Amino acid sequence: MSQLIWNGLFVGSFYALVALGYSMVYGIIKLLNFAHGDLYMLGAFSGYATLGALGGAVPGGSLIALLAVLGLTMLVTGLSGVALERVAYRPLRGAPRLSLLITAVGASFALEYGVRLVAGPNPQVYPVRLDGTGMSVLGARITLQQLALMAVAVGLMVALNALVMRSRQGRAMRAIALDPKACLMMGVDVDAVISRTFFIGSALAGAAGVMSGAYYGKIDFLMGFIIGLKAFTAAVIGGIGNMKGTMLGGLVLGLLESFSTDWFGGEWRDVFAFGFLILFLTVRPTGLLGERVTERV
Amino acid sequence: MTAVQNPPVKPVRGRGPSVVTRLLESRRLGWGGLALGLLAPFVTATPYALNVMTSAAVFVMLTVGLNIVVGYCGLLDLGFAAFLAVGAYTGGVLATRLELPLLATVPAVVVATVVAGVVIGGPTLRLRSDYLAIVTLGFGEIIRIVANNLDVTGGPSGIYGIPGLLGDRLSDPVVFYYTTVVIVSVAVLFAARLGRSRIGRAWRFVREDEDAAEASGINTYRVKLAAYVAGAVWGGLSGVLFAAQLSAISPASFTFLQSALVLMAVVLGGMGSTRGVVVGAVVISLLPELLRDLADYRFFVFGVLLIVVMLLRPQGLWPHRSREPDDPATRSTAGADDLPAKEEK
Repeated sequence: MSQLIWNGLFVGSFYALVALGYSMVYGIIKLLNFAHGDLYMLGAFSGYATLGALGGAVPGGSLIALLAVLGLTMLVTGLSGVALERVAYRPLRGAPRLSLLITAVGASFALEYGVRLVAGPNPQVYPVRLDGTGMSVLGARITLQQLALMAVAVGLMVALNALVMRSRQGRAMRAIALDPKACLMMGVDVDAVISRTFFIGSALAGAAGVMSGAYYGKIDFLMGFIIGLKAFTAAVIGGIGNMKGTMLGGLVLGLLESFSTDWFGGEWRDVFAFGFLILFLTVRPTGLLGERVTERV
Repeated sequence: MTAVQNPPVKPVRGRGPSVVTRLLESRRLGWGGLALGLLAPFVTATPYALNVMTSAAVFVMLTVGLNIVVGYCGLLDLGFAAFLAVGAYTGGVLATRLELPLLATVPAVVVATVVAGVVIGGPTLRLRSDYLAIVTLGFGEIIRIVANNLDVTGGPSGIYGIPGLLGDRLSDPVVFYYTTVVIVSVAVLFAARLGRSRIGRAWRFVREDEDAAEASGINTYRVKLAAYVAGAVWGGLSGVLFAAQLSAISPASFTFLQSALVLMAVVLGGMGSTRGVVVGAVVISLLPELLRDLADYRFFVFGVLLIVVMLLRPQGLWPHRSREPDDPATRSTAGADDLPAKEEK
C-alpha cells in the first residue's frame, strides 16, 4: 500500500515537471504545445549524448556529474523550445487555433523522426544508471536516488513558482496571460516574454527527460508521445494554466496509475489514464484548481 | 522560411475566372479523376502497382471521412485511425468467426462505428477544439491498447486469414482494385453531396463561427455529433476495405502515425475541399512509394511539410472555393510585413 503511494508520487513528480511546461505555455498563449513531449525526448537524448561525450571522465553514477549534465540539457532543450516557437508558432499567432495545432503536430513529427535520423531507430541504453540500495520507510522500499531525483524535481518546481509569482518576469507572464494586447500597449515586449516562457517550459521537460533516462535506463525516439499525453492529462486534471493545480494533477495522475496498475494490471494502465482524462473533461473541464475561462466576448 | 510572400498586388476585379480556374472548378473534373483511376491498370498492372493503387484508393476513402470531421465541421480529430480499427476489427472478427464474406459484415460495421462515434463524440463534443484534439488522441490510443490486450482481437498478433469482400471470389487483384475504386468513388461522391446539403452548410457554419451558428438556431452539438458519426462510418467502411486488402490486421496498423498521415492528407489537399483532399490522399499514399530511397527521411519530411504547408498555404494546395466573391480582407495586400496581417481573432 505505502509502496504504491510512493511509486505514484515518484512517477507523478515526473509528470508534474513535464506538465508544468504545457501548462505555462497554455496559460500564456492558449496554445497546446503538442511537441512538448518530444522536447522531453530531446532532453533524454541530449543528456545521453552529453554523457557519451564526457565518456570516462564521469565516474559512473555520480550525482554531481548528472546534475551538470542536467543543466546543460536544460539549456539545449530550452533553446530548442524557443526555436520551435519562433519557426512554427509565432508566424501563426492570431491564425485559427486549428492551424496552430496542426503545425504543432508537424513539429512533433519533425522532432521525433529528426532524432531518429540522428540517433537511429533502436532504443539506447543510458550509460548512467541510478539504482542504489533501498531503505525501508513505512513499509515502502525507497532508494536514495529516487529521493534525490524527487528533490531535484521539487526544487525545480519551487524555483519556477518563485519565478512566476515573485519576479518581474513572472509578473509580465501573468499579465500577458490576462490580456496580451493591453500588455503590448503598456510596453511589455510580448514576444520576448513568450520566448522566455517557452525556454523555461522546455527546459523543465528536458530535465525530466534526463532524469527519467537515468532512472529507467532506456530511451527511444517515441518516448515523448505517451508522456506528452500523460502530462496533458495531468495538466487538465489539475486545471490547465494553473501552476499549483498542475503539480497537484501530476501527483494525482501518478497515484491513479500506480493503483490502477495494481488492480487491473500494467497493460491496462494507459487505457485507465486516458479513460480517466475523458471522464474528467466531461465532468469538470476546468480541472481541480482551474477557474472558468470566458472564451470569447 | 517565410520568404514567399503574397505579391503586393491588388486583387484584380471585373475579370472572369481564367481558363485554368474554370477547368479546376469544373463539375466534370470528378469524372475525369474516376476515369484516370479506372484506366490506371491498363498503364501498369504489376501486382505491386495494383497493391499500391488499391491502398491509395482505400486511403482516399479514409481521408474523405476525416475531411467531413476536420474539413467541413472544423473538429480536429487526432485519433481517426480508431475508426479504421473499429471497422477493420468488427469486419475481421465477424468474417473469420462466422465464416462470412466481408461484405456481409458491413451492416454490423456501420452499427459498430456509429456506436463508437456516439460513445466518444457524445461526451466530448462539448469541449473546445484543442481539448477535443487530445481526447480523440487518447481515444485512439485506448482502442489500440484494447485491441492489443483482448483475446477476441487476437492480441498483438492480430487476425489472420480474413476473406475477401465476396469470400474468395474477389481475390484477383485487378477485380479487387476495380471494386475498391467503384466503392470509394461512391463514398467520395456521397461525402461531397453531404457537404453541399443542408447539414453540410450547417457544418461549415459551425466551423466558421460556432457561437454565431448557435445564435442562429443551429443545434451545434447535434450538428457536430452528426459530422463525427458520419466521419466514423466512412472510417469504418474504409477499415473493411483495408482488412479485405491485407487479409490480416494487427494493432500496429492503427497507431497515431496512421491518424497523423490522414490528417496530413486533409491539410495538404485543402480542408473542406473534396477534390483537394482526394488529391492530397493520393499524393500522401503514393509519395512514400516514389521516394523509397528516402525511407528514413519520410516521416521527418512529413512533419516539416505539415509546418511549411500551414505557414505558407494554410488553406491547402487546392482549397474549397465558395460561390460568393472573395472577402477582400482575406487577401492581404500589405507586402511590407513579413506576414499577411491577420489581426482578427
